[in-house]
Amino acid sequence: MTGKLKKRLYRIIVSAIFFFSGMILPHSLLPYLHEILLISAYVIVGYDVILKAVKNIMRGKVFDENFLMTIATFGAFALKDYDEATAVMLFYQIGELFQSYAINQSRKSISDLMDIRPDYANVKRDGEIVTVDPEEVAVGDEIVIKAGERVPLDAVVTSGRSTLDTSALTGESLPRDVSEGDAILSGYINLNGLLTATVTKEYGESTVSKVLDLVENASSKKSTSENFITKFARYYTPTVVIAAALLATIPPLVLSEPFSGWVKRSLIFLVISCPCALVISIPLSFFGGIGGAAKRGILVKGSNYLEAMAQADTVVFDKTGTLTKGVFAVEEICPAPSFDKDGLIRAAAFAECFSSHPIAASLRKAYGMDIDQSLVKNVSEIAGKGLSAEVDGITVHAGNKKLMEEIGVICQDTPDYATVVHVAYDGKYMGYILINDVIKDDSAAAIADLKASGIKKTVMLTGDNKAAGERVGNMLGLDKVYTQLLPGDKVDKVEELLKEQGENSKLAFVGDGINDAPVLARADIGIAMGALGSDAAIEAADIVIMTDEPSKIATAIRISKKTLSIARQNTVFALVIKIGVMILGALNMANMWAAVFADVGVAAIAILNSLRALNTSKL
Amino acid sequence: MKKTFKLEDLDCANCAAAMERGINALDGVNSATVNFMGMKLILDAQDEKFDEVLKAAKKVAAKYDTTIVG
Repeated sequence: MTGKLKKRLYRIIVSAIFFFSGMILPHSLLPYLHEILLISAYVIVGYDVILKAVKNIMRGKVFDENFLMTIATFGAFALKDYDEATAVMLFYQIGELFQSYAINQSRKSISDLMDIRPDYANVKRDGEIVTVDPEEVAVGDEIVIKAGERVPLDAVVTSGRSTLDTSALTGESLPRDVSEGDAILSGYINLNGLLTATVTKEYGESTVSKVLDLVENASSKKSTSENFITKFARYYTPTVVIAAALLATIPPLVLSEPFSGWVKRSLIFLVISCPCALVISIPLSFFGGIGGAAKRGILVKGSNYLEAMAQADTVVFDKTGTLTKGVFAVEEICPAPSFDKDGLIRAAAFAECFSSHPIAASLRKAYGMDIDQSLVKNVSEIAGKGLSAEVDGITVHAGNKKLMEEIGVICQDTPDYATVVHVAYDGKYMGYILINDVIKDDSAAAIADLKASGIKKTVMLTGDNKAAGERVGNMLGLDKVYTQLLPGDKVDKVEELLKEQGENSKLAFVGDGINDAPVLARADIGIAMGALGSDAAIEAADIVIMTDEPSKIATAIRISKKTLSIARQNTVFALVIKIGVMILGALNMANMWAAVFADVGVAAIAILNSLRALNTSKL
Repeated sequence: MKKTFKLEDLDCANCAAAMERGINALDGVNSATVNFMGMKLILDAQDEKFDEVLKAAKKVAAKYDTTIVG
């Protein structure tokens, strides 16, 4: 508890002592003792409220809480109800204290969450290591990161080897090994070794600044429920105050009853007239949801996007780099009769040992052993067809069907969903190898998860041929697959799908952010994946998933739904209590205590409830 | 020009909303956002009027007992 809050607490305690002595001590002890004690209690606890009220009136600001509380309690004094006036002020201040405490608490949880900012950097200058502010480090400077320290700026490791905790940025609990030549990002934590690295980006441009900037500014893009509450709040207070004025005057005139009873009822209205509970708790819920999502490696660029995510019913995926790794790997080795798998892959890997093509790389990887390049001679490429080489002195041809036709070898029928490398050994058909883009481990689970969290339609867009695209679609359980699309066609397809969308449902597009910026922009919600370190993707998308796991999309939807339900709970709770107490008050069935609870008590409870949005670890 | 300022003594969310409206209504302001939880003001105003705008914004903030630092 801060000093300021403590001071308020002491005032409340002292005032409470006066109040209770005034209530307990017999009235006959001293004339006016009761009144003196109660007024003292009132002044001790409420003087700042009255002062603020006076100050605000001078500034022409009428309908503020302080003013209304002053009027309400003065009204009670005028009605000779000293107990009630003091009790209400006391209770109001207790509520305010509790509310401030709740706000401080939530500000603290949020700043703890955002505590990924590096405090300092160890820079090598003239052979010595000096500790400086990360902002003072330039690109090209050499920095040293010791065990337990945070990486201060984006850099490339020049020496050392270590394990890094990336969870602050990615939400990933598994640490990552790095060594010379690896890129490291600011915000990672060095767990064990000593690393020396060359800075690649200055602090303002580094990942940690970008991420913090994004999350902190996300609240400026407001959701419709926030906008509604802000608008509502503007009309709420004047409406309630006018209703109070009417309640104090009309019924006594019409019913020709004394004013006092009705004034008392109207005071209840004044106490409830602050919309604070709503104004704080709704934005706080969204802030919490955005913060909680960031903790899981999901950056949401605005409350409006978090809100839209809950309404999504169609998710469109780009295939390569999103559902698949975008890396080729050998899927199947199919030797012709009289040859075996090992021989086939060995021949292919050796023949392709000098090539830098991704297909060649995948063959070498599948072979898995060291290749003695001295055994390979006379390599010649045959453009658009493949190559020939002498492996162990025997001619090997590796390539497509056209190559086999050219050398007069008859090859087997092959499936058309993958890239095929046929191999001929000494002019005889040796078999073929199927190479494919690898599907990510969690893609199938991600699609099933999306279905479970209420997504009606999952679509995949790809430039691949029909057979390849549809095969992936079937394996993952996607509802619809569009194949053979050129990059420009993807925008058209998304536009077509947008037209099919219902009124209140949203379409999300998931891409890797590299060449699909126009599509990301066109969709209701653009989601970029695997975006850690890629500025372009962070720029183009509305929601950025730091890791390359498609399963995070369902997580984002669940976070969004939880956030919205908390915001809704708070709205309903605050309105029901406020309106309920007003109705009861007008019917003379509620007292000031209930009114104070409906004001500050409800606000404090709503704030505490919104804090739940921060907790996303189980979603 | 867009600048972020820290706010002190921002205790009431309703005041933050009212303050935001007040600053947005100032001449020369492109957009102003008050972040209640982060206790920050993000002020985007015309370059040549920026100092003037900031002065006026401080006056608005003072109405709500809030100080704009910087």
